Amino acid sequence: MNTLFDKIWDSHIVHKVEDGPTQLYIDRLYCHEVTSPQAFDDLRSRGIKCLRPDRIYCMPDHNIPTLDQDKPIEEPVSRNQVETLTRNAHEFGLTHFGMKHPKNGIIHVVGPELGLTLPGMTIVCGDSHTSTHGAMGAIAFGIGTSEVGMVLASQCILQQKPKSMRITVDGELGKGVTAKDVALYIISKMTTSGATGYFVEYAGSAIRSMSMESRLTLCNLSIEMGARGGMVAPDEITFEYIKGREYAPQGEEWEKAVAYWKTLPSEPDAVFDKEIVFDAADIEPRVTYGTNPGMGIGISEAVPAVETMPEAGQASYIKSLEYMGFAPGEKLEGHPIDYVFIGSCTNGRIEDFRAFAEIVKGHKKADNVVAWIVPGSWNVYRQIEEEGLAAIFTEAGFELRQPGCSACLAMNEDKIPAGKYAVSTSNRNFEGRQGPGARTILASPYVAAAAAITGTITDPRKFL
Amino acid sequence: MKKEKFNIIQDSCIPLPLENVDTDQIVPARFLKATTREGFGENLFRDWRFDEQGNKIESFVLNDPTYSGRILVAGKNFGSGSSREHAAWAIADYGFRVVVSSFFADIHKNNELNNFVLPVVVTEQFLKELFDSIYANPRTEVIVNLPEQTITNTATGKSETFEINAYKKHCLMNGLDDIDYLLSNKDKIESWEAAR
Repeated sequence: MNTLFDKIWDSHIVHKVEDGPTQLYIDRLYCHEVTSPQAFDDLRSRGIKCLRPDRIYCMPDHNIPTLDQDKPIEEPVSRNQVETLTRNAHEFGLTHFGMKHPKNGIIHVVGPELGLTLPGMTIVCGDSHTSTHGAMGAIAFGIGTSEVGMVLASQCILQQKPKSMRITVDGELGKGVTAKDVALYIISKMTTSGATGYFVEYAGSAIRSMSMESRLTLCNLSIEMGARGGMVAPDEITFEYIKGREYAPQGEEWEKAVAYWKTLPSEPDAVFDKEIVFDAADIEPRVTYGTNPGMGIGISEAVPAVETMPEAGQASYIKSLEYMGFAPGEKLEGHPIDYVFIGSCTNGRIEDFRAFAEIVKGHKKADNVVAWIVPGSWNVYRQIEEEGLAAIFTEAGFELRQPGCSACLAMNEDKIPAGKYAVSTSNRNFEGRQGPGARTILASPYVAAAAAITGTITDPRKFL
Repeated sequence: MKKEKFNIIQDSCIPLPLENVDTDQIVPARFLKATTREGFGENLFRDWRFDEQGNKIESFVLNDPTYSGRILVAGKNFGSGSSREHAAWAIADYGFRVVVSSFFADIHKNNELNNFVLPVVVTEQFLKELFDSIYANPRTEVIVNLPEQTITNTATGKSETFEINAYKKHCLMNGLDDIDYLLSNKDKIESWEAAR
C-alpha cells in the first residue's frame, strides 16, 4: 500500500538518525550561482572534496543577461557570482554548463530536457522550484545553502519525512485552461501555506491527460502552497518524453529502467495523510490580484472583499491590495498593463512559446506594452527558431531574448519599474519580486499573450 | 558564520504582525549576489526598511526605537517562498536568535536551524497575546528555554512547549553542524551505494 513517494524515499534511506531526521541519498544535485558559493566554501574550509562529483551538475541562470550573452556580464557582482560558479565547478571536478554553453538554461528547464532528471530519482537544488522535477516521478525539493554543502560533501541530506497529500483533479480542462491555471486554482484554494509539511502527489484524469511539460509547470508551483514538492506518477507520457534524450538510459539500460519506473506509481490502496479533490470543470483562465500566488481569481471574477478574509489576515490583505493598486470588488479584466513577461522555470518551455504564438500570430503587440520573451534554455531557444515561432514573434512586434531566469526575480537587468503592472508567466507575485515596487499579475502564456496584444488584462478564450 | 551555542534566551521582542512574510521581503533578490555569508543584516527587510533613496522608513518596526531585542515575533506562515538561505543569514546577522510565529515555511525553518536561529512555533492564541503584551509594554520579555523546549511570555506568565527534533536540539545546544555528522557516516553511504 505504498505511495509513489514512499517507494522512492524508502529506497534511498542510508540511515535513520535516532529521534531525528533521515539520512537520504541524493541521486542528483543541481547547483546554480546564487545559492552555492558559500556551500563550496564550507567544503574548502574543511579541506574536503565532493564525495560523488559525477552526480552534480552546475549551471548559472539567475544573473544571466538576456541580451548580448557573448559579452561579459556588465554588473561586476553578478559577473563575480557567475564566475565563482565556473571556478568552483572546475576546482571540484563538476559538470558545468556555463553562460552561452549550448546546454545552458534555467536548471529546472535543462534537467528534464536533457534527461538528467529521471523517474525514481531523489533530486535537490538550492532553489525552491526544484519541485518542478517531481513531474517526472521523482522526489525533488528545494534546499538551503547549508544543505547544498551537505550534499556536495556526502551526497546525502538530513531530512524529516514529510506528510503525504494527494490532490486529484478529475475531468476535462476547458478551452484556454492550462496547467498554470490549474496550479493557480489549486494554490488559491489551498492558500500559500495549505500544503506546508506535505509532499503532494497530483492525480486524476486531468493530470493524466496533461503533457510532460504541463506537468512540469504544475509541479513547479507546488512550493507556492507551501508543499516541499509535488510529483506525478510516471506513465507512457513520461517515458515517451524521456526516450532518446541525451542523458537518458539507452538500449538495454532503457528497457530495464522503464521496467523499474513502471513499479513506481502509488498502489491502488495507498493511504495518504490528506486527500483533496477538485473538478477540472470549475477552472477558468486565472490571474492573481495580490502579493502572493494564493491571491488569485478566475479572469471573470472580482477581487474578494476584505471581510471574506480571516481577521488575523486582514491587515496583510489590505497592505497587499494597496501595493497592487486594486480595490476589493474590482474586476481585473480590461485593466491596462505595462509589461508582459513570458519565460521562467514555470512557463519557459517550448509548449509555452507555442501557446503564446498561437494567440499573437496575425496580431500586433500593443503599443503601451513592453514584452520580454525569454526561453528557458538554449535548447528551447533553438526550437523556437526551428519551429518558426521566432518569425511569428518578430512579425507581431516582439523580440526574442536569450535564456535565463530574467524578470522572474529580476537579478539581471530585466526589472519591472516601480508601480508598473506586469502580466507574468512566472511563479511569484511577491512585493518587489520583479523589481522594487513592481506589480505582478501571474498568469498563463495564453493570458500573457492576450494581454500583450490588447494592452489590458484579457480573457484569452476570445482569441482561441 | 558564528555557531553560537543555544541554551536559554530571555529578551524583549520586535513585533511584525504580518502574515505570509516571504523570503523575498526578508531579503530581496538583488541583494543575493554576495559569495560569502556575512553582511546580510544590512539588507534585512530592505524594501520595508528603506525607501528608494535609501532613507529609513520611520514607520517600519526595525526603525522604531521603541522596540528592540533578539526575538522576532511574526505572523503566520513566516519565510514562505524562495529557499534562499540568505534570509536566515540576514536574520542571524541582524542579531536575532529566535523567531516566534504560529507557522513557518519548511525550507526557511530548516535554514534558520542550520544557522543557529531557533524557530519557535506557538499557538495562534499565544501569538495574539504576545503581540498584545508587546504593544502594551514594548519591554515585555520572553524566555525561550531550549533544553526544556518552553517559551514563556513574562507579561502574562503563560508558557507553551514547542517541538524540535532531538537531533537538531543537540546540534543547537552543542554548536554542531550536519556536515560533520554526515561525514562520520561515510561507511554507511558507501555500503548503501554498494548494495544498490
